[in-house]
Amino acid sequence: MASKFKGVDFYDLDSLFSDEERMIRDTIRGWVDERVLPIIEEAYIGRYFPRELATEMGELGMLGANLPEEYGCAGLNNVSYGLIMQELERGDSGIRSFASVQGALVMYPIHAFGSDEQKETWLPALASGKKIGCFGLTEPDFGSNPGGMITTARKTDGGWLLNGSKFWITNGSMADVAIVWAQTGELGDTKGIRGFVVPTDTPGFTATDQKGKLSLLASDTSELHLEDVEVPESALLPGAKGLKAPLMCLTQARYGIAWGAVGAAMACYVEALEYAGERIMFDGPIAGKQIQQIRLAEMVTGITQGQLMAYHLGRMKDEGTMTPQQVSMAKRANVDMACEVAREARRLLGGNGILVEYSAMRHMANLESVYTYEGTHDIHGLILGQAVTGLAAY
Amino acid sequence: MNIIVCVKRVPDTETRIRVGGDGTSIDPSGVKYVLSPYDEFAVEAALRLKEARGEGEVTVVSLGDDASQETLRTALAMGADRAVLLQGEVTPDGLATARGLAAEIGESDPPLVLLGVKAADDDGQQVGPMLATLLGRPCATAVSSFEVTDESVVCRSEVEGGTRVLELPLPAVVTITKGEYEPRYASLKGIMAAKRKPLEKKEAQTGPSRLRVKAVELPPERTAGRIVGEGPDAVPELVRLLREEANAL
Repeated sequence: MASKFKGVDFYDLDSLFSDEERMIRDTIRGWVDERVLPIIEEAYIGRYFPRELATEMGELGMLGANLPEEYGCAGLNNVSYGLIMQELERGDSGIRSFASVQGALVMYPIHAFGSDEQKETWLPALASGKKIGCFGLTEPDFGSNPGGMITTARKTDGGWLLNGSKFWITNGSMADVAIVWAQTGELGDTKGIRGFVVPTDTPGFTATDQKGKLSLLASDTSELHLEDVEVPESALLPGAKGLKAPLMCLTQARYGIAWGAVGAAMACYVEALEYAGERIMFDGPIAGKQIQQIRLAEMVTGITQGQLMAYHLGRMKDEGTMTPQQVSMAKRANVDMACEVAREARRLLGGNGILVEYSAMRHMANLESVYTYEGTHDIHGLILGQAVTGLAAY
Repeated sequence: MNIIVCVKRVPDTETRIRVGGDGTSIDPSGVKYVLSPYDEFAVEAALRLKEARGEGEVTVVSLGDDASQETLRTALAMGADRAVLLQGEVTPDGLATARGLAAEIGESDPPLVLLGVKAADDDGQQVGPMLATLLGRPCATAVSSFEVTDESVVCRSEVEGGTRVLELPLPAVVTITKGEYEPRYASLKGIMAAKRKPLEKKEAQTGPSRLRVKAVELPPERTAGRIVGEGPDAVPELVRLLREEANAL
């Protein structure tokens, strides 16, 4: 089934993708047309994540798609994985966020740091979408500075006792399993931070919906509370030692965001371009007006730059040469670009631009979260600042 | 039960067609090509039959140039087991195409051959029945659903005001139209697996083509409308124009 969405390809990037990569992108594109776009307005206004999509995403192989086939994953390369994120976020950032968290923040740490038993127990179930996961790192007072976390894990006879709270947790309320990061040593000791695989039905674990959001409305954002949550020794992720482990997870997720933001921008640009061609004001379509042409020119330029950056980042990741600082640059630049494109698209659409039947304002509001989560725009700026000067400013 | 599905590479139905410089073909630049949607129904039907019976092999066959490999890979990604590309010129002559397919299919002689009712580009509807004739098999056309027993295939077609049910002894040829067989999405694992499935290339034995395309033309551009007046006063003129110019009344 061919998608009605033709994408944006001003620089013929299509010729750089393999047949399989294009086929994967087009498959997800068609799925988003058929399964996401018809329901996303209702989910957004109704403030819920369309749960049935999780299972379908699993059946098609979208969850943890770049992890190996032996655990039920699709075993794709990172460019293909990026294209999936791009197409999902063309639908909605909330839908892409779900897939990012499940794949990069739950399945990835279990695969990278988990025991064989943890991998066998959780990866196939998470890949299929039958089980849902969330990632608990951020706390009410520790966002950009996760090393200061005050959630603790204290050794007991047969395992660990967890106490603390986690905020802004995507998938939190619907999750079957949480990857919880906690301090096992002195507060502030980044080497003491360890990860735990915690089933959400463990006594003392509660999740509540984050109220009052004005962004990512089709996504589950929750608070987690852990009150004397007892887990066995086997819940500890054996390979995750210190703050570096959760930061490695974030690099995976940020990589996907660098692609996803391009998808959201493409949706807004194409919508604006079509609208400009049809909307007659004064003596002709507004597409013929200088001000809208400049808007559209800026948008397509930004998108093309973002595509090139994401593409090369993906090829470097597949070659194993990608650095976290390069991911920071792409996450930061592409999300910023997408925010601009969404805002300008909304403005081009005039009064219609504030309606949910057009996607620009939904994307615009969503992207403010994307700008803020997984390392804020400013923090990524400081990571880049440190990379080029050698001086840490945070 | 082994099944062969014949598929064709066609321009995406969403593509805006431009006439090529020679005036007898479409300009391929910027055109996206897809597995013809009717053939997609046929592939889906074959896969469902194989899954329901728990045995058999689905082979997809296409006649065309090397670019048709992509179309075959699409069918392999959906779940077909192997593919054969008959390398040759795609002609408007349904009989030439049918001869090429018959030469290939006659060798393996599977009990069931499926095709889309027509190719989405030329709407020919010839290849299925002609292939059946060349193979000496019965043929049901425009079938929206079917069931298979060991000896026969029972086919349902939507006809004016109702349904017609035909029973054909196997081996048979069936052409599929929109109905039961909404095609599945190729899973990402399926797309990766398609790379590793066998795709055999052979020279097509089509024989001479007796049809040639003389011209390809776009429909005339619509002229601008005109306003004949406003309110009740305009009605008599509007009715006159609808009757005399538009022949709509």
